[in-house]
Amino acid sequence: MPREIFVTTVAVPKKRMTKKQRTLLTRILQFAGLFVVIVLLGFLGEWGDFSKSFFNLETIGKAIPRMFSVGLLNTLIYTLSAFAVGLSLGLVIALMRLSEEALYRWLGTIYVELFRGLPAILVLFLVNFGIPLLFPSSAFLQDFYVKVAIGLGSVAAAYIAETIRAGIQAVPKGQMEAARTLGMSSGLAMRKIILPQAFRVIIPPLTNEIILLVKDSSLVFALGVTASQYELTKLGQSFATGSVKGIPAGATPLVLGGLFYLLITLPLSQAVRRLEIMQAKRR
Amino acid sequence: MTSTQQQPGAISEAGAISVRGLVKSFGSVQVLKGIDLDINKGEVVCVIGPSGSGKTTMLRCVNLLEQPTAGQIVVNGFEVTDSECNIDAMRRSIGMVFQQFNLFPHLTVLQNLTVAQIKVLKRSKTEAEKVALHNLERVGMAHKETAYPPQLSGGQQQRIAIARSLSMDPALMLFDEPTSALDPELVGEVLAVMKGLAKDGMTMMVVTHEMAFARDVADRVIFMDGGVVVEEGPAEQVIGNPQHERTKNFMFRVLHPTEVGEEQVTAAAPEPVEMTTLEAPAEGLTLRKRKFGR
Repeated sequence: MPREIFVTTVAVPKKRMTKKQRTLLTRILQFAGLFVVIVLLGFLGEWGDFSKSFFNLETIGKAIPRMFSVGLLNTLIYTLSAFAVGLSLGLVIALMRLSEEALYRWLGTIYVELFRGLPAILVLFLVNFGIPLLFPSSAFLQDFYVKVAIGLGSVAAAYIAETIRAGIQAVPKGQMEAARTLGMSSGLAMRKIILPQAFRVIIPPLTNEIILLVKDSSLVFALGVTASQYELTKLGQSFATGSVKGIPAGATPLVLGGLFYLLITLPLSQAVRRLEIMQAKRR
Repeated sequence: MTSTQQQPGAISEAGAISVRGLVKSFGSVQVLKGIDLDINKGEVVCVIGPSGSGKTTMLRCVNLLEQPTAGQIVVNGFEVTDSECNIDAMRRSIGMVFQQFNLFPHLTVLQNLTVAQIKVLKRSKTEAEKVALHNLERVGMAHKETAYPPQLSGGQQQRIAIARSLSMDPALMLFDEPTSALDPELVGEVLAVMKGLAKDGMTMMVVTHEMAFARDVADRVIFMDGGVVVEEGPAEQVIGNPQHERTKNFMFRVLHPTEVGEEQVTAAAPEPVEMTTLEAPAEGLTLRKRKFGR
């Protein structure tokens, strides 16, 4: 340790600061630096114009109704439908990955590697192009909302499958043995004994997956959406460009959209925290 | 119950367990090297032997938690080793108690006992709970029906695990070192429950290190070493007056753990190394010495 050598060889009888004093000094310097940055930003930025564009109360009042009835609603629909697809498909893929049958394991691995490696927006494009060609006569599959659920859901499924697989593997082997010893079939044991324990472990990472989906739902705009299909980002952006009568161009609707996202995501993470505490108590 | 004369070759349909020529290999390691044994209905048989001797593997082969490599096993009239055997039905007739209890931590004690009754035996919830409470009573745990397993002591969990097996009305119970994971002061309560079961006429095969239990309760003791049955007979004989050299050495080491000297240990190990690596040594002291001795 070089520093110790330095201190011991230079025999200057200088009184060093105590550890506490040093910590305090560092902290003071950090705060001072932070203060300088804030002051500089305050002086250098054109805050008047900025706040007019970003925090226009009149715009907020006018935009809020449609933010709720169209933007928030669509964001929730896209998210939840994609999550439903992702969770059910993800569970199947996870079970395939854990199967005794090599072919299933192989297919599962290919699926996960494929959809984890592609950008969600590319998958959305592919689904949007592919479904009309593959299933031209199915009105159900042509539905915009269905295509979004499939596109976002199939990407989410890859991540969810890996999460579920880890959860299942975290359940001790003896649990399956005990269940089988009681005469349960492997399917029954999986449903009644293994999965309930696995899902307990993976609720936090699954919620994380929902939060990611909430944000990924903003990619839907790339497919070309009509006004009624706008989610929060696209709606905020269309307000922001001034293309809607009565609402001046400005960034306020985007800020508002951001707040709406937090309105969804913050309670979710809070709920997970509570759940984790409850589980910890039960142990 | 009296001990039975073993007749190699013929499988008696009346017995609870018949094993012929059982071989089990893990990769290139042969753990069981041809086991023959019979257990009659109502008989209590303890299987003893050093760690890595294959006792647990043999027990797990009986209800197919391990797939035998070769040999024939008939349990309660089910030919386990036949690929057409209805495994779930066969397992329903066999209760199994594990070293690590393996209770379901996400279910209450009562649910632990009822879930398989309801889903497998198709009993009604009321009936299943009645059976469960009766069996909890039997193991002295009726007051804990609403608790979750992780809240209970090891001894309590193991008693509940026994009650869970009993709730399926098994014709035969397998115990895989049921007290090995317990704190010493909790061993007694579990052994007492097992003793009660034996008295009630339950057919039991118990892999154990509890010599006192084997001597008190077992109709017959089987000593295994190196993947074969070395000696079997009445408890008094195998434990109190063993005939084979290997059994004698094992008994001496188990009954006089502090008197085992370095020379005796090395001399007492006819087939030392490969077996000790398979399982964590339960008779830690002696086995570890054996390794250092080489």
